[in-house]
Amino acid sequence: MAVTIDDVRHVASLARLGLTDDRAAALVQEMNTILGHMDVLAAVDTTGVDAVAGVGAGGLPVRADQGPPLPLARSLDAFAPSVRDGFLLVPRLSTHDTAEES
Amino acid sequence: MSVPPAGARDLRVRTHRGEVGAGDTVASALARLQEVDADGQSLNIFVSLDEKFLRQHAEAAGGFLSHAEPAPMLGVPVAIKDNIATLHHPTTCGSRILAGYVSPYEATVVKRLRDAGAVPFGKTNMDEFAMGSSTEHSAYGPTRNPVAPDRVPGGSSGGSAAAVAAGIVPAALGSETGGSVRQPAAFCGIVGVKPTYGRVSRFGLVAFASSLDQVGVFGATVDDAARTLGVIAGRDPLDSTSADVAVPDYHRAGERSIEGLVVGRPKEYFPASLDPRIRERCDAAFAALREQGAEIRDVSLPHTELAIPVYYIVAPAEASSNLARFDGVRYGLRLEGDGLRGMYEATRSRGFGTEVTRRILIGTYVLSAGYYDAYYRKAQQVRSLITRDFADVFASGVDVLFTPTTPTPAFPIGAISDPYEMYLSDIFTATANLAGVPAMSQPIGRVDGLPVGGQFIAPHFGEETMFAFAYALERVLGAETLA
Repeated sequence: MAVTIDDVRHVASLARLGLTDDRAAALVQEMNTILGHMDVLAAVDTTGVDAVAGVGAGGLPVRADQGPPLPLARSLDAFAPSVRDGFLLVPRLSTHDTAEES
Repeated sequence: MSVPPAGARDLRVRTHRGEVGAGDTVASALARLQEVDADGQSLNIFVSLDEKFLRQHAEAAGGFLSHAEPAPMLGVPVAIKDNIATLHHPTTCGSRILAGYVSPYEATVVKRLRDAGAVPFGKTNMDEFAMGSSTEHSAYGPTRNPVAPDRVPGGSSGGSAAAVAAGIVPAALGSETGGSVRQPAAFCGIVGVKPTYGRVSRFGLVAFASSLDQVGVFGATVDDAARTLGVIAGRDPLDSTSADVAVPDYHRAGERSIEGLVVGRPKEYFPASLDPRIRERCDAAFAALREQGAEIRDVSLPHTELAIPVYYIVAPAEASSNLARFDGVRYGLRLEGDGLRGMYEATRSRGFGTEVTRRILIGTYVLSAGYYDAYYRKAQQVRSLITRDFADVFASGVDVLFTPTTPTPAFPIGAISDPYEMYLSDIFTATANLAGVPAMSQPIGRVDGLPVGGQFIAPHFGEETMFAFAYALERVLGAETLA
């Protein structure tokens, strides 16, 4: 399962990472070398073995899907790059270019 | 020359008696830091440290003096790894993408330390997002090993390990995903503990690989580590993965005898290729344990050699998901690009370093359509086999396992450039993270003047027994290994 330049470009796109051509080419070799060491797992007989769902004794406890709000010591605008009226602002989507300017 | 810090036990008693003020202790720690950095070359241990704030914090410890009993960590300065959220100092994970980010909430472990009278003492350098084994992969540059400044301190919690090893603080917090406390503890000649998964709250620990991450502790001695863990352990409603299991008095484990208990010697951790000098130090440790009445038994953990391939599939897979949140919208760095997607790509490409980028791509790849079963699902199945190995050996009557912590002592800065060769630094430690069992490293001697660590591994929530062995071994080897 050799990793190709197209694979690197594809996963970089999925991960929202921009890569230069040189870096993408280097990553082809790096990922193939690293993943080559993982091929040893293919030879392990795992018939009937469950994939680990959680570690620790007794697994993870279930709790109600609710809880108090986190006690934040400072508001969003103290740490987020761009905030207005309690909302995080992002650059305008190209599909909304015709919408009224905010 | 400043006086090296007293241990946590002595400091709390002397602070409570009024023999020393917490402010004096902080001043002494700051003087020691200045001293170790004054040799013409900074060890680069701390990434943020506000002296004025520390002194104010130390004064707050005075509020504990009216208590009838000394608080568990009264007046003890504790360094904090930079991926653990604090309210005053920034929390950057050693990354450009979080430069200047100050958390709006505090990690439970930090709050528990403050409630116990401790003084959180600055934030320590680390491999970016805890991805590394040498503390060379930090946006702030490498940290140097206080024992041998041309060597790495190990990683990823290298700054915290160096802070303790340099005699600045008696204890520090780190985090473990594959050995990031035990390996630097071994390289720096101190004690490092990775608790059972679920033993300590992860609330406020920036997530790397959520099924593996645990907050761990460093101590100059076994007692310092035991007392620090005792304060931060226990159920936390803010972390649903924290376990509701009673916390024993770990610092009393030294009163327990190890006579009649069984120490397993797993053959896979003593391969023919192991440095004979490290094997010799381990043999001396086994002899010391035998002298105190423990039985040494040869055992096997047959899937050990698969731990690194499994770890380096599972951890990057989880990291690729956890690190998706660092996108220029919610935290710290934002770089403009072509529209929303361009902003994401520009921010993440410039914000993350080489190793983090590599692991996000590997993680995304092994989770992607067509490769999930071959890599991720297979790795999780083999992880089950590794976990079963530990369960079987402990069910057979073995109380703890003892192994070398690392295959080599600390290596020179810049010596390892091949990523996979660096990953092999975790070969004896990653198994405990994959199985969720507790493990700790302590000094067992030196090779060419460099510290060598020995590792105890115990069953889930078996920290108390593990500490009993560690205290027993330290009693015999301590004078030699701490010299």
